[in-house]
Amino acid sequence: MTTRKAELAMAVFLLLASIALMFKSMQLNIGWIPGRGPGAGMWPFYLSLGMALACLATLYRWFRGTTPQARSEEPFVAPDALPVVAITAGGLFGLLVSIHIVGMYIGLAAFMVFYLRFVGRHSWLMTTMFAVGTPIFIFCLFEWALTTTLPKGLAIFEPLYYPLYDLMY
Amino acid sequence: MKKSLKKLIAGIGALSFCAVASVGVADAAWEPKKPVEFVIMAGKGGGADQMARLMQGIIQQNNLSPRPFIPINKPGGSGAEALQYLKSKSGDDHVVMVTLNSYYTTPIMQPELGIDINTFTPIGRMALDTFLLWVRPDSGLKTLDEYVAKVKAAGKDWKVGGTGSGQEDSILTAMMEAEFGYDVTYIPFPGGGTVAKNLIGGHIDSTVNNPSEQSEFYRAGQSVPLVQFNDERSPAYADVPTAKELGHDIVYYMQRSINGPPGMSAEATEWYINLFKTVFDSAEWQKFCNEDGIDCATWVGGADLAAFHKTGYERHKALIEKVGAKAITGE
Amino acid sequence: MFQEILVHLGEGLLEAFQPLNLMMIFLGCFAGLFVGALPGLGSVNGVAILLPITFLVPPTSAIIFLAALYYGAMYGGAISSITLGIPGASTAVATVFDGRPMAQKGLADQALMAAAVASFIGGSVSIVLFTLFAPPLAKFALAFGPPEEFSLMILAFATFVGLGGDDIPKTIFSILIGLLLATIGLDIISGRPRLIFFDIPGFMHGINFLVLAIGIYGIGEMLWTLETTQGQVTIHSVKTSWSRFVGNLKLIKTYIGGSMLGSFLGFFVGTLPAAGATPASLMSYGLTKTFSKDPESFGKGNPAGVAAPEAANNSASTGSMLPMITLGIPGSPTTAVLLGGMIIWGLRPGPLLFSEHPDFVWGLIGSMYIANFVTLVLNLALIPLFVRVLATPFTILAPLIFALCVVGGFAPTQDMHDVWLMFIFGVFGYLLRKLDYPVAPAVLAIVLGPLAEASLRQTLISGQGSAAVFLERPIALTCFFFALMLVLYPVYQHFTRKKAKAADA
Repeated sequence: MTTRKAELAMAVFLLLASIALMFKSMQLNIGWIPGRGPGAGMWPFYLSLGMALACLATLYRWFRGTTPQARSEEPFVAPDALPVVAITAGGLFGLLVSIHIVGMYIGLAAFMVFYLRFVGRHSWLMTTMFAVGTPIFIFCLFEWALTTTLPKGLAIFEPLYYPLYDLMY
Repeated sequence: MKKSLKKLIAGIGALSFCAVASVGVADAAWEPKKPVEFVIMAGKGGGADQMARLMQGIIQQNNLSPRPFIPINKPGGSGAEALQYLKSKSGDDHVVMVTLNSYYTTPIMQPELGIDINTFTPIGRMALDTFLLWVRPDSGLKTLDEYVAKVKAAGKDWKVGGTGSGQEDSILTAMMEAEFGYDVTYIPFPGGGTVAKNLIGGHIDSTVNNPSEQSEFYRAGQSVPLVQFNDERSPAYADVPTAKELGHDIVYYMQRSINGPPGMSAEATEWYINLFKTVFDSAEWQKFCNEDGIDCATWVGGADLAAFHKTGYERHKALIEKVGAKAITGE
Repeated sequence: MFQEILVHLGEGLLEAFQPLNLMMIFLGCFAGLFVGALPGLGSVNGVAILLPITFLVPPTSAIIFLAALYYGAMYGGAISSITLGIPGASTAVATVFDGRPMAQKGLADQALMAAAVASFIGGSVSIVLFTLFAPPLAKFALAFGPPEEFSLMILAFATFVGLGGDDIPKTIFSILIGLLLATIGLDIISGRPRLIFFDIPGFMHGINFLVLAIGIYGIGEMLWTLETTQGQVTIHSVKTSWSRFVGNLKLIKTYIGGSMLGSFLGFFVGTLPAAGATPASLMSYGLTKTFSKDPESFGKGNPAGVAAPEAANNSASTGSMLPMITLGIPGSPTTAVLLGGMIIWGLRPGPLLFSEHPDFVWGLIGSMYIANFVTLVLNLALIPLFVRVLATPFTILAPLIFALCVVGGFAPTQDMHDVWLMFIFGVFGYLLRKLDYPVAPAVLAIVLGPLAEASLRQTLISGQGSAAVFLERPIALTCFFFALMLVLYPVYQHFTRKKAKAADA
């Protein structure tokens, strides 16, 4: 996709999103309540109206070719950089999904292995060090020093941490 | 790769079953096995938050629990977020929640949430917070009658500050409007402390704050209570009349209680009831209550609390119907 | 009067120099650095989380610990802003604008030093002001009602006129979407939830500023760096040496002016309840930029752009203790938690605290003098360690930063919903940035928006729907006047420059 097309696609998407937000705001009172001032929806409604107008302006400038992005026929994401960006974003997505299933700590360890070994091509020693070290550091910092729990994933993974709690408290 | 992953998961699963089994056998009495989530229906720094953190401190200091209590603030939607969260934690023995009166009002004002508080597991009532009507000394007001006369004359020009539409003080304000037949302008602020500041600074004319939010200004002679809304005069404010004495049937308390999610196991419920009873009876808790003019005389736990909640809920429902939800939200 | 203050201060310093209290200062500053530097935690959560620990010591030592932590966290926020480009807390957003470019130019040590020195200046100025003028300033804070708060927010917005990009429709879009995101959640005036998309309960607590900031500056920035470098580089390592340190010291004179401005402004804004350190640091940055001889260099790595907000946020954190101690009213979210702590310890903050518990109040004030020195020394000493972060290979640093972002997004609200939002904001922020949509205005708007809306609507309600109330408020009118001046100043500058250029040619 060229930058020019991306500019158009983004402006159209944001315009549609702004219009959707206007409709969403209309579920609330967007008028002026006598004696009290604006209703709950007035502020969001006019904000999204303004957003829609700003998008229209961007679209107008696109047709006129005013902005550098509207003229650029360069690829939107450099082809040789695309894989690494996509892999990173995808890996992060995978990390978030895995947190729901196996929890923060196991998820992070897996993510570190994936990133250090398969993206960074570091040695297995280095990979293992970070894959094991990061979750342990975060566990000690959050669960122990700051007494804040992080997600443990599905219920079956929870008892894994009981012995650790026995040690800590 | 896939196969080994499967093996790993199977292994972990087996391990965890062993852990569950061994814990179950070793120990007959229930105790928390992991940190307990201590959900607060309000934001950081408010009254409910202070109380929760004090309870957390008392539990920790006196070693009352083998696992810590971890406060989590869920202030969204006047407590709607917290209520939904607790509902979603059905059957979980490691979550309890500190409630305010939004425990009653939010399910009534937002029926679309589908929250039935009778399904939650009541544990114990920690305190009954009280309300007083405050004005500035320079207003020259001394009695409730003078106040009513002045407010009636001022009408919409009289500005009452509060902590938000749908909150306890807005209900109380609506009750007073209904009783005395005046109509004031209600201005919501984020938190009782800000309300107090706006009263002292002259940006509003009166408020129905909790004593904890005004007691220091009162001692410094910067604010005056005219009437209290308790059944009987509270010892900290022995010379302020109650509305009841003056012939107006306005009695309103804010309950602060601990409740668990629906379907909490009986053993866990019992453990929490004992724990919070100990906290309630502790010298620290009682001292905190006395200094703040909060009523912590009687402990209400378990089934008694369920009955208390039932009356509380019905009463709020009747109140909101009487004054009208519109009078509270102002829309 | 003055003598009396000195005597009290002497006693306070003695109190603070007690071994236990001294230890608390060190511990607090150190913990604060950590908590502030971890994206997502920040001083509010740090203080809230560590509050129960303070039950183990007497109240004076406890407040000293937490105040030192608050102090340290203000600086800690700058560390992650500069080295990682992720603001650790809302108070450190403005530090990113110039701190990050400096680090990318290999001047991270210079930026860190500017932050440390400016924080020290901010801390020193504010603590002296605090010692001398606490009671009269408290009176002034009381005069600040909703109309004044609204005018202050307008003033804060006005200081940022020059911050947007060159593309005006896109800048406007960015401001508006920031303001809109800020309206999600609870409508405080009607007490009802609003804009709860798809009935997801996570939207009920609104969109925390941090979620947006970590998303855009953490994840978005990382993706951007990956694309431009194709994952090959270590960022920009800095060799620290003694001679470099001395060289950096000489630079102090270039930003001392901005730091002083930031210190006074920060203290003043900090003392006003409800404002806090974030608007203070933003205003300080905006003003320093507007009145700089070379506004173009801001945002590209000008040390004055690091110093100004850092001086202001440290100064404001001291300032926000003032309404807490004298009125019992929090001046910032962190002091709201501190206030809760004081009540739990059995102390009643309010107008009588100064006279009834002088040992406590003056012990706290004395400790702030010491904590100020401790943070300065600690920070200067740790600079070589912090810049080491930048020498880490990117393929190790990136996953570590992602891990911190995910944990930091989760910890404050304990809700995965916020982590997902952060991810979405990160990816969108990256795409938008590539298309030259400026992101900073959105981040600023989400911080200032809720205060602005609430104070405007409170004013209108108290005026029964009429905005005429503003005309009766001299403080508010003054703020509006200055805001207007600030908006017009760049226009004026633009024309005079054009003239000058024309004259040159």
